[in-house]
Amino acid sequence: MTLVAWTIGILMFWPILWTFLTSFKTEQDAVLMSQLFSTGWTFENFGIVQERSDYLRFAMNSVIIAFGSTLLCLLFAIPAAWSMAFSPSKRTKDTLLWMLSTKMMPPVGALLPIYLIFKEYRLIDQHIPVLIIMFMLNLPLVVWMLFTYFKEIPVDILEAARMDGAGIWQELSRVLAPMALPGIASTFLLNVILAWNEAFWTLKLTDVHAAPLTVFIASYSSPEGLFWAKLSAASTMAIAPILILGWFSQTQLVRGLTFGAVK
Amino acid sequence: MSRIELNAVRKNFGTLSVINGVDLDIYDGGFTVFVGPSGCGKSTLLRLIAGLEDLTSGHILIDGRDVTELGPAQRELAMVFQSYALYPHMSVRNNIGFPLKMAKQSEAVIDAKVRKAAETLNLKDFLDRRPGQLSGGQRQRVAIGRAIVREPKAFLFDEPLSNLDAALRVQMRLEIMQLHKSLGATMVYVTHDQVEAMTMADRIVVLNQGRVEQVGSPLELYDRPKTLFVAGFIGSPKMNFISGALASKHGAATIGIRPEHVQIGDASGAIHATIRIAEHLGSDTFIHVDSADLGAMTVRATGNIEAAPGTALSLTLDPARIHRFDASGQAIF
Repeated sequence: MTLVAWTIGILMFWPILWTFLTSFKTEQDAVLMSQLFSTGWTFENFGIVQERSDYLRFAMNSVIIAFGSTLLCLLFAIPAAWSMAFSPSKRTKDTLLWMLSTKMMPPVGALLPIYLIFKEYRLIDQHIPVLIIMFMLNLPLVVWMLFTYFKEIPVDILEAARMDGAGIWQELSRVLAPMALPGIASTFLLNVILAWNEAFWTLKLTDVHAAPLTVFIASYSSPEGLFWAKLSAASTMAIAPILILGWFSQTQLVRGLTFGAVK
Repeated sequence: MSRIELNAVRKNFGTLSVINGVDLDIYDGGFTVFVGPSGCGKSTLLRLIAGLEDLTSGHILIDGRDVTELGPAQRELAMVFQSYALYPHMSVRNNIGFPLKMAKQSEAVIDAKVRKAAETLNLKDFLDRRPGQLSGGQRQRVAIGRAIVREPKAFLFDEPLSNLDAALRVQMRLEIMQLHKSLGATMVYVTHDQVEAMTMADRIVVLNQGRVEQVGSPLELYDRPKTLFVAGFIGSPKMNFISGALASKHGAATIGIRPEHVQIGDASGAIHATIRIAEHLGSDTFIHVDSADLGAMTVRATGNIEAAPGTALSLTLDPARIHRFDASGQAIF
């Protein structure tokens, strides 16, 4: 069983490992696909990539779009999920399903009208419009995630706080917030990762000025020919920040604080 | 310590009427139990008293003061929830001290009161633990501790023992009764378990479909049920109900007799029956029988009785113990 798990794990991780290793090879070594390890390791590729295409600017754009859109999502989603979880109406369920259904539409179906709007109003390659697209793209998912987290907070606990003399502000700050925080934090992290990796819209709607790392990687694929090592270096640089963020926050992503509250 | 009065209390959820005009007087220092089948409105009634639900109409008075429009915090009541509803992110100490903190008491006072409550409830060694690290019984004690530190006017319990296993339930039952005795506080307790109601209450309020069926002491309800519903609900095994010719002979639409008031004899008696199944409890034997005249009946015999399924026997009903009910289910005394 452990063997099977390891095999599947290594198989899934293989492309990333390959990319990572290739990024330290010389171009000559890199084209020899059969050879996993290089004869002469080098950091040269990273230097060249940074020199040629200003990695930091792309990374900064990724940060702005991923974190900005996520914060905007939370700003709208927290109150929405809150009210749906704690004072649902007859239509809450339908609303939630409807929100999710928008995620089922293939994005390419909306590409043309959105592209035309962006073009008409000169929004292409601007930070804010891309950020708003990303926000609208992920909002349903964020509401859903938060809704399920909030749903797990027993109403009894909030009522107990009310019985104990807590006012609405104390109920929010001392009881609700500490319990909801792990849920909000993991939603935040997951959405940052989603927004960071999103390539469909960012590739279409940005070019240079507002382009995030997805565009940065893409720029290394076709026009430059077969430069595996540099493409790998670019990819490694693009995914490294989010991998590190994910690695350090994995306990946060998994942990639930509500255990032991009831039953 | 206080008296709670309910005047014509009604509660609707949308078009559904859950509480249909309840008038009730809960005495100072008493242990009142609301009992009834699920969906009868007993929990809703408790939540109305707590202030967690708004009344559709009617009034609630605590010590003569109308609290109908007041929020839960201003009613000075404490509630223990079925789910315990502890704050998972706080230690036991902070859980118990939370209501005092909300009441802006000084740290020294909070510390002293928490200590005292922990001592009463055997929680001294667990003050720095989180609820997740406690057993079910300990969690329930923390919930009770949180209620007693405030010295509330009354305690409200919403099925507090239903998440515990049977042995622990019996133990906590005794602890709550002990607590009632030592504090002398007014307690209102909701349960669907009529055994809990019978053993704990000094007054039972039987609810059915949002109405009060009967209020009285446990034995009053047992011996003199006012309606067919109360007669059937209180007592385990259930009262036997007989309608038809035998009922008419007693001048009633239905007559009822408790399983312990039916005697069994050899097959020569007047009412013939056959044993369907017997439950042996050691101290008692519950014998389920089928009778051509009376239908299915349950008989309770003291001690362990030989009762093989299929055996023919006769039944004798103790005439002094027959309860009579009219066609609308009201008792005829």
